[in-house]
Amino acid sequence: MLTILFDGVAYGMLLFILASGLAVTLGLMNFVNLAHGSFAMAGGYVTVVLMQRYGMGFLATLPVAFLVPALIGAALERTLYRPLYDKSHLDQVLFSIGLVFMSVAAVDYFMGSQQQLVHVPSWLRGRFDIGGVGVGRYRSFVIAVCIVITVLLQFALTRTRFGSQLRAAVDDQRVARGLGIEVGTLFTLTFAVGSGLSGLGGALGAEMLGLDPTFPLKFMIYFLIVVTVGGRAGLIGPFLAALLIGVADVAGKYYLPQAGAFIIYALMILVLLVRPQGLFAAAR
Amino acid sequence: MSMARPTASLPAANLPVAGTAAPAATTAAPAPDTTSLAGTLLRRRRAWKPVELLFWGVAILAPLMLPRSMLLMNEIAILGLFALSLDLILGYAGIVSLGHAAFLGVGAYAAGLFALNVSTDPLAGLVAAMLAASVLGLLSSFLVLRGSDLTRLMVTLGVALLVFEAANSWRSLTGGADGLQGITIGPVLGLFDFDLQGRTAYLYSLAVLFLLFLAARRMMGSPFGLSLRALRDNRLRASASGVGVNERLVLVYTLAAAYAGAAGGLLAQTTQFVSLDVLEFHRSADLMLVLIIGGTGWLYGGLVGAVLFELFQDVVSAATPQYWQFWVGLLLVVFVSGGREAVHKAGAALRRRIAALFGGRRA
Repeated sequence: MLTILFDGVAYGMLLFILASGLAVTLGLMNFVNLAHGSFAMAGGYVTVVLMQRYGMGFLATLPVAFLVPALIGAALERTLYRPLYDKSHLDQVLFSIGLVFMSVAAVDYFMGSQQQLVHVPSWLRGRFDIGGVGVGRYRSFVIAVCIVITVLLQFALTRTRFGSQLRAAVDDQRVARGLGIEVGTLFTLTFAVGSGLSGLGGALGAEMLGLDPTFPLKFMIYFLIVVTVGGRAGLIGPFLAALLIGVADVAGKYYLPQAGAFIIYALMILVLLVRPQGLFAAAR
Repeated sequence: MSMARPTASLPAANLPVAGTAAPAATTAAPAPDTTSLAGTLLRRRRAWKPVELLFWGVAILAPLMLPRSMLLMNEIAILGLFALSLDLILGYAGIVSLGHAAFLGVGAYAAGLFALNVSTDPLAGLVAAMLAASVLGLLSSFLVLRGSDLTRLMVTLGVALLVFEAANSWRSLTGGADGLQGITIGPVLGLFDFDLQGRTAYLYSLAVLFLLFLAARRMMGSPFGLSLRALRDNRLRASASGVGVNERLVLVYTLAAAYAGAAGGLLAQTTQFVSLDVLEFHRSADLMLVLIIGGTGWLYGGLVGAVLFELFQDVVSAATPQYWQFWVGLLLVVFVSGGREAVHKAGAALRRRIAALFGGRRA
């Protein structure tokens, strides 16, 4: 029972890291980016390639798994995403689905369609007992990393100059520009960090979630659920939503395996029916 | 039979608009003019243009010209009907949906199960497919009334995923991953047997498409259709001028679901096979591309898009069968990032040139 709760929390934490970039681009900047999972997949594959072809250690690949998607994200934001910020949601959806399809086919072409295995170092394998509760070493590692990142993110968004500039730019671009805030650079940077975090999540999650070319499609709905159910006011809502979904999904798969992902989808529709703006939306 | 149901809803939809026009007639002096002007405009909109007749003429004569690609043409007709259905809600009512495959799939399964368990008559099966899909459409329509575009995207996607999961786990009914096999379909109207080349299949699908298209054309050219556009463009203003927003959205969503169900029914009957593939996400995504290629908000958009998309798919998937989704994706990205304006500009220029050509000859 407690093990399930623990696994659920680890899963939820991972989901939050994966979706945190989306919480900013979709939640705050109001850009429907269905291709967010593609950056996560990029991070996962960076780790796989570095470990399998260049023999690097798992931990050493993680910074690269952050950097590469971040750079790709920055480049795409500058060229393709930016003109779409003030287009309709339909256009944004079409565009980002297009990116998903392209990334799925491209990874399939270069890496093959098989499931990729990531071998975590031996000190992260296995599990240990705390008061009779089996706790996976890797999962506790993931939780620890995610807590650190979450705290850093929340701090950066609420306490730093960068964070307040970003919030200002999101609230009212024109006024922010008028005050001398470089909105364009700010958005590029934010997008890059979001993509990088997603890549890091993909690398960390390759062992738990699996990694194959259909990753962006399989998990797209989960990221979107985290953000829409969590509400679009900040990071706390998506964080709680991610934990909720993680626990509900793991528990559902354990107790009612025949229901599959039914519980999650039904839960999402129910929440959106009662509160279309998400669970933790700011009152406006 | 399939036509009677949608058109029957028309008079009811007519009333509120007529009601809003009437008070104006009593107060303002030139009121009769405004109502007759609206009537003339509607009638002019409804008049058949020569290009439309040409389009359907070519569609009917196509089997004579290309007897070998009947199966492809059948697919085009079905995809065209499916895209027409999405156009009703996206192009006319402005509801963004990422889960339209749910209705296609429910229609396909309903038609398949009907043929297996009840009767092999195709028309009765088609009605069953439309009914089943419209029940789901009616139930889920209440979910898309509230919230923003994003909420609607999520809810439609969620409904489609739920239906997929249901079909996947309810093995005793749907056959799970194996799908419904061994479907046999009787002759259409008791006269025309389905043949291997797909001649009957194509003409049957085309006939259904044409009848449903006629109904849609009539409805979208009616005050009901105009009121849909009004609420798409400005929901607040539409409701302020007396358009009942929610009833209309429920009605058009259910109607679109029935259309998609008919497309699914045709798919099941003409391929005699139903699998989970009809409910896959890529169906909904591809459908958006189809409609965007042809253009939203006019009824031929879906049909033109279906022709272009299927030809594109035929060529590209013959070249790279495994990676053809890449090219679909590229097309989407290019289209949104400026390609669409270029295409539409070229289309408009072409139309002007043709018009000038004909005008010149007549003069």
